[in-house]
Amino acid sequence: MTAASAPAPVTEAPPDPVPVPAALKRAARRRRSVPYLLLLAGVVWLLVFFVAPMVYQASTSVQTGSLDTGFKVTWHFATYWDALTEYWPHFVRSLVYSGIATVLCLAIGYPLAYTIAFRAGRWRNVVLVLVIAPFFTSFLIRTLAWETILADQSPLVSFLNDIHVLDATTWLGLTEGHRVMATPLAVVCGLTYNFLPFMILPLYTSLERVDGRLHEASGDLYATPFTTFRKVTFPLSMPGVVAGTLLTFIPASGDYINAELLGSTNQKMIGNVIQSQFLRVLDYPTAAALSFILMAAILAIVTLYIRRAGTEELV
Amino acid sequence: MRPIRWMRRNLVVIAGVLTLVYLILPNLVVLLFSFNKPKGRFNYTWNTFSTDAWQHPCGVADMCGSLTLSLKIAVYATIGATVLGTLTAFALARYRFRGRAATNMLIFLPMAMPEVVMGASLGTLFLNMRIQFGFWTILIAHIMFCLSFVVTAVKARVMSMDPRLEQAAQDLYASPLQTFLRITLPLAAPGIAAGALLSFALSFDDYIITSFNAGSTVTFPMFVWGSAQRGTPVQVNVIGTAMFAIAVLLVLGGQLIGGRRKAKA
Repeated sequence: MTAASAPAPVTEAPPDPVPVPAALKRAARRRRSVPYLLLLAGVVWLLVFFVAPMVYQASTSVQTGSLDTGFKVTWHFATYWDALTEYWPHFVRSLVYSGIATVLCLAIGYPLAYTIAFRAGRWRNVVLVLVIAPFFTSFLIRTLAWETILADQSPLVSFLNDIHVLDATTWLGLTEGHRVMATPLAVVCGLTYNFLPFMILPLYTSLERVDGRLHEASGDLYATPFTTFRKVTFPLSMPGVVAGTLLTFIPASGDYINAELLGSTNQKMIGNVIQSQFLRVLDYPTAAALSFILMAAILAIVTLYIRRAGTEELV
Repeated sequence: MRPIRWMRRNLVVIAGVLTLVYLILPNLVVLLFSFNKPKGRFNYTWNTFSTDAWQHPCGVADMCGSLTLSLKIAVYATIGATVLGTLTAFALARYRFRGRAATNMLIFLPMAMPEVVMGASLGTLFLNMRIQFGFWTILIAHIMFCLSFVVTAVKARVMSMDPRLEQAAQDLYASPLQTFLRITLPLAAPGIAAGALLSFALSFDDYIITSFNAGSTVTFPMFVWGSAQRGTPVQVNVIGTAMFAIAVLLVLGGQLIGGRRKAKA
């Protein structure tokens, strides 16, 4: 899978005493520039519209001023301090909610990915389509549908009340009273739902590569199905677990749609703060500082993960 | 005893099906409530059956305008991201060059960045460059975040292709252009198609990044967001259901054609 097996054109001329004709040298040089030409447009696009804004964001975060007088770089690092002291609960909440959602996604996504990979048979493609298809109904509309499902008098919530599940979640601090809407549970449920396909697809991709004969071999060696899973299947699916966890946790930590639509003011996440600072309060330095802190936190997590897994596995 | 044993053996499948229900449930609710005739402005509780919304899908002011705009942006963003992404993917899959690891990282980062961070920083840049927010800023942003997904899809496909097929074509005196058009491109097509489809879906559905770069332009997700505060019209459910149905039909149709072609070969 690495580039070594890809047909990389020979770029270095062999150490040959015979002088290499100029035409050949030119051809070699031209071939060497091919990848750069192919890359040019895409990389420039990302440098200008992704990297440059990030750098610019860093400078914005240390500016002061207002919309009328304009913003100037004054190295006002206090913005970071103020932002952190005022909004640290939102940061903590974001990380906790998206952490719980990621664990839930893994827990409920794994059986489905496993089913598609090993047990679905001729239904495999149909189930895969069903996993991807919800993407095509705008995710705002689907999140609004959760408002209907989790509404106070809805069949589901009444049922959960009847079997006293909500008493348990209230004890855990996830719900309040006998309702689900406008509680942490609703937000976590929405986050789990919205990012579940991002967990299932990488899991499926790596499970699909697992050789079924390994299961048989493990069974032949008297491993119980559970041992087979713990010692063979799960370790082999680790690349999918790592990729899926990242693809779920990262977007979930910056999300504000679920908190806005399914939560109350007590469930606001850091995304909500950045959005309102940027679009309503028009305090750009604070918005920049907050998103810079979030970016730094995410980059730290990603770097840790990549140290363990390598980029080639992820990209 | 027998049902219990069956349950134990199929525990994974049962759990998988439950997850699938969790994934599909909201879509079913959207479908059901597209036939609702809500009492007040909010379409959250069932009132009476009606096909009004299906008969007048554009009966709500501004909705179909925003829908057209979103489709237009999605088409342009898909074309842009697919072209740029495919070129980049070929470079990464086929060549070893200085800066390859850095480029891989550059491609990965947009996928690993919360949308709110990307949206806010690009918005800040446009704001300070005094660039007018609108169609073009949205398009630029959409191509930016779709690009990485195309590169990933195409790269995976190109890397799994058998290089000997292209060598064979060249041995049979095909010119580089012929080899590319008749061997390489058809082989890479599924990856390119997957990338393009993903771009379209991501662009059409994006709210977070768009909201920072749209100014007063209203895309379909922004319309839905705006209407959520004052009561979503039933027509929104109609559009959601229609998009879902079209997507499923397209994918299943593609599968059918692909399957038949395979059967012929």
